[in-house]
Amino acid sequence: MRIAVLALQGDFAEHEAIFGRLGVATCQLRQKQDLQQDFDALVLPGGESTVQGKLLRELDMLHKLRQRILAGLPVMATCAGTILLAQQLLDDPTVHLGTMGISVRRNAYGRQVSSFGTCGTFGSIENVPMRFIRAPQIEFCVPGVEVLSEHDGRITAVRQGRQLAMTFHPELGTDCRIAEYFLNEIIGAK
Amino acid sequence: MKNEQYELNCNLAQMLKGGVIMDVTTPEQARIAEDAGACAVMALERIPADIRAAGGVSRMSDPGMIKGIQEAVSIPVMAKCRIGHIAEARILEAIEIDYIDESEVLSPADDIYHVDKRMFKVPFVCGARDLGEALRRINEGAAMIRTKGEPGTGDVVQAVRHMRKMNQEIRQVANLAEDELYEAAKQLQVPFELLQYVHCNGRLPVVNFAAGGVATPADAALMMLLGAEGVFVGSGIFKSGDPARRAAAIVKAVTNYQDYRMLAELSSGLGEAMVGINPAEIKIIMEERGI
Repeated sequence: MRIAVLALQGDFAEHEAIFGRLGVATCQLRQKQDLQQDFDALVLPGGESTVQGKLLRELDMLHKLRQRILAGLPVMATCAGTILLAQQLLDDPTVHLGTMGISVRRNAYGRQVSSFGTCGTFGSIENVPMRFIRAPQIEFCVPGVEVLSEHDGRITAVRQGRQLAMTFHPELGTDCRIAEYFLNEIIGAK
Repeated sequence: MKNEQYELNCNLAQMLKGGVIMDVTTPEQARIAEDAGACAVMALERIPADIRAAGGVSRMSDPGMIKGIQEAVSIPVMAKCRIGHIAEARILEAIEIDYIDESEVLSPADDIYHVDKRMFKVPFVCGARDLGEALRRINEGAAMIRTKGEPGTGDVVQAVRHMRKMNQEIRQVANLAEDELYEAAKQLQVPFELLQYVHCNGRLPVVNFAAGGVATPADAALMMLLGAEGVFVGSGIFKSGDPARRAAAIVKAVTNYQDYRMLAELSSGLGEAMVGINPAEIKIIMEERGI
């Protein structure tokens, strides 16, 4: 099994380190020809969605990745990655991959002074450390999207079929349980 | 030191990795930078090349001008305060800047002390020429480091020198025996615990970008090959013939710094690079400020 990590910009190395700790091989996607590698799942890391979205387009990777996600490639997105997956961005006409039935507001909590950390419940996993860094917010979900986590009445993690998206960063720190959830409940599920 | 806000501030730098931070002087330039793929912008009144040309004392930019740039873009906005200028730093914090660069590019306000960055909620990035400088700034609370290079020259030689030196010293520290770390900490004038982190992890405790003299996609790729985690470009973009195109090319060069065919394409037909000046021609050596 191999997990591809979108490595255009952002904290892709942190995701690779988490999966490395779990003994799962990863590869990086930096350009179109990297999509020809053999991989079973995709991770969209944190970073700046404007940069990642622009590079996905200009390096001609957007369409192919979109097709694979629509065809059932398991995907886990954190923060900027969630913005890439959203079918709609509030305050922004851009749509990137647009494969997930969620509406997302960028920088919903404000600037860096409003970034925060907390501990919360994710599905049935308790006490998960969650860091929100200039985080977006999932404001609406279409029917069929399952809410896995909320903080202060705001949706922070969702699942739709084989797509998993969250507005915090499970890859920061040493807790591997969300990556394990992705491996067991999403990639492993048939 | 291990407080939550500090960790969140280090985390923001982690999100900038693999990206390009661009100097901008107007909201219009900020939008050009964002559209070209900048992961953050540095708002300042004069880019380093113009600071050199103008001479005199160079200070924090007008907060009103910085606010205009904050309103123009959705990516993080950074701004510079003078080394040791606590009040300028507090002013930048008051306007909710995403990152303060306590920068040698501006005239130092204090020739001994840096700002006590642990006292602030907003993150700081600081310049460093070697491991000792980097760990001293981190000890003061910097959440991100950049090489100093020599800003406003368009000459990459000092950025290369500083990145090489830093990584060479990191490798040396990683190879020391445990009981040799105390003496190394004394020599480098840094706290033992930070040196121990470098010894155990083979890297700085925070993200390290390259800065100072990057002018072309090849320069940016060079800094990534030497181990930078991202790149600041100051005068190199808006002092060139076609800023939007050059900026976009540098962004792509940082992502695909090992694809030399792509770099060849990115380097083609970019128009004129900034003219640049070499070390022998410059009067003010900014890298010697704040060590």
